[in-house]
Amino acid sequence: MPSKINANNVKTWQVRDRNGQLFRWALWMGAAILFYISWMRISDQTTWYFFFDAPRIAADIGGRAFPPRWEYIFSLGKPIWDTFNIATLGTIIALTIAVPVAFLAARNTSPKLPLHPIIVRLIPRFIHNFVKKVTGQDMVSVGIVRPLALLVIVSTRSINSLIWALLLVSIVGPGVFAGLLAISIRSIGFCAKLLYEAIEEIDEHQVEAVKATGASGWQVMVYGIVPQILPAFAGIAVFRWDINIRESTVLGLVGAGGIGLQLQGSLNILAWPQVSLILGVILIAVIIGEFISAKVRAAII
Amino acid sequence: MLKLEKLTKVYKTGDKALSDVDLEVPKGQVIALIGPSGAGKSTLIRCVNRLVTPTSGKAILDGVDITSLGAGGLRRERRRMGMIFQEYALVERLSVMENVLSGRLGYVGFWRSFLRKFPQSDVDEAYRLLDRVGLLHMADKRADELSGGQRQRVGIARALIQNPAVLLVDEPTASLDPKTSRQIMRLICELCEERGLAAIINIHDVNLAMMFVQRVVGLETGRIIFDGTPKQLTPDVLTSIYGEEDWEATIETVDDDDEEGET
Repeated sequence: MPSKINANNVKTWQVRDRNGQLFRWALWMGAAILFYISWMRISDQTTWYFFFDAPRIAADIGGRAFPPRWEYIFSLGKPIWDTFNIATLGTIIALTIAVPVAFLAARNTSPKLPLHPIIVRLIPRFIHNFVKKVTGQDMVSVGIVRPLALLVIVSTRSINSLIWALLLVSIVGPGVFAGLLAISIRSIGFCAKLLYEAIEEIDEHQVEAVKATGASGWQVMVYGIVPQILPAFAGIAVFRWDINIRESTVLGLVGAGGIGLQLQGSLNILAWPQVSLILGVILIAVIIGEFISAKVRAAII
Repeated sequence: MLKLEKLTKVYKTGDKALSDVDLEVPKGQVIALIGPSGAGKSTLIRCVNRLVTPTSGKAILDGVDITSLGAGGLRRERRRMGMIFQEYALVERLSVMENVLSGRLGYVGFWRSFLRKFPQSDVDEAYRLLDRVGLLHMADKRADELSGGQRQRVGIARALIQNPAVLLVDEPTASLDPKTSRQIMRLICELCEERGLAAIINIHDVNLAMMFVQRVVGLETGRIIFDGTPKQLTPDVLTSIYGEEDWEATIETVDDDDEEGET
């Protein structure tokens, strides 16, 4: 109890009682000990010679990388164009899939398709119990659509683009197409998650008002919901495009097209002047991307 | 004519918002529904157009039982019930014109409404209504650029373009200043008279209600405990609706003499 009456009959007040205070102190203590142990382990496994040698090596490589090999820029035009295309097309493909997924995942728009009784019986008891525990509702009323949509979001989001690219290069072969797919798949979950959160935050009064006119379900969506989420949608689209430009510059490292391929090649043959030029080109591309997305976002809000 | 028979609503939480409400609203009559917060006023009008599904009982509009309708039938009947909201509930990012025309959604197919290709007759009517509520010059403004009173006028136009038989009005003045409140109430009541519309107006401001309506219904914990003319609203009646308080000042007659002006 934060409020209590002390020996002198004065009513005192503290944020936490004694036990709460002790618990917090113990938590901080535990965190400090954990940090110390981790620090010691890292330090034990570090070869300190390399660490102290690092500035010299870095200076050495820096010296060799400068000046960049300017004439190499003519063979970078095509790869950087590929990179831009992977990012842009990938974002567009991801958005076309993410929009319906988001509507299926948002609590207020997800269709409540009940499970067929036979399917309900086929699902093991413990899964029913688990769903009930997590959602507080029985599985039959939770339905099937929303969990599936969430599964799509989580599964596409949890794997990094580079790993998607690695997988896809072995499936569809190396090249721009693998990179495009990797970027698209990774972006679906990201965009759908942000979008469904925006859908859940809309003002329900506006939806109610459109419903009250006798509008159909689709009309309610177009008049009541879409105008409210349009700014969020545009923001998400340019934000993801901006991220995708950065991500698609490295996809080439695993053979999935774009400027990363050149970077990989130059690193392999220790052509440092080319590496520095490529890094410079990537930097400029990212700056342009950020500039455009900042402009677009400012225009919307 | 709108008729409620033993209308009852029990929420999932177990709260009984309405119990056995019987109410008849003849064609063209405007009634004020008064009562403390939580008495079930909002639930009552939402049960009529089924934004809230009643637990039992009937709501009958011109012979059609709304509580028993399927999705399609409900949509058709909702067109005949215009609703006006406390916080205006305009779609903020759409233009005034789009908001007004959204009142026609029940009459227009999906693609026409998606492409904003409303029939010319609807557009004509929208301009006529905007002119009537004094906002013709605002047609192309975005709804969120308008002031409170102006937004509520757009809300009124949106409800009227449905060509409804009854208006359901939920606290139309609760977010407005006193002068604008009177203007909005006067506008709603005038329009009801012009068009022979019945209306149920939820309202907190007893004084304002008494100024404009012929009939007052008092709701308390989901039951109708008063139904009569404004004159019959005595301090005793108000005490039974709202609880003990000095009511003399509230029911003093106030001359409605302020000038009609821009809001």
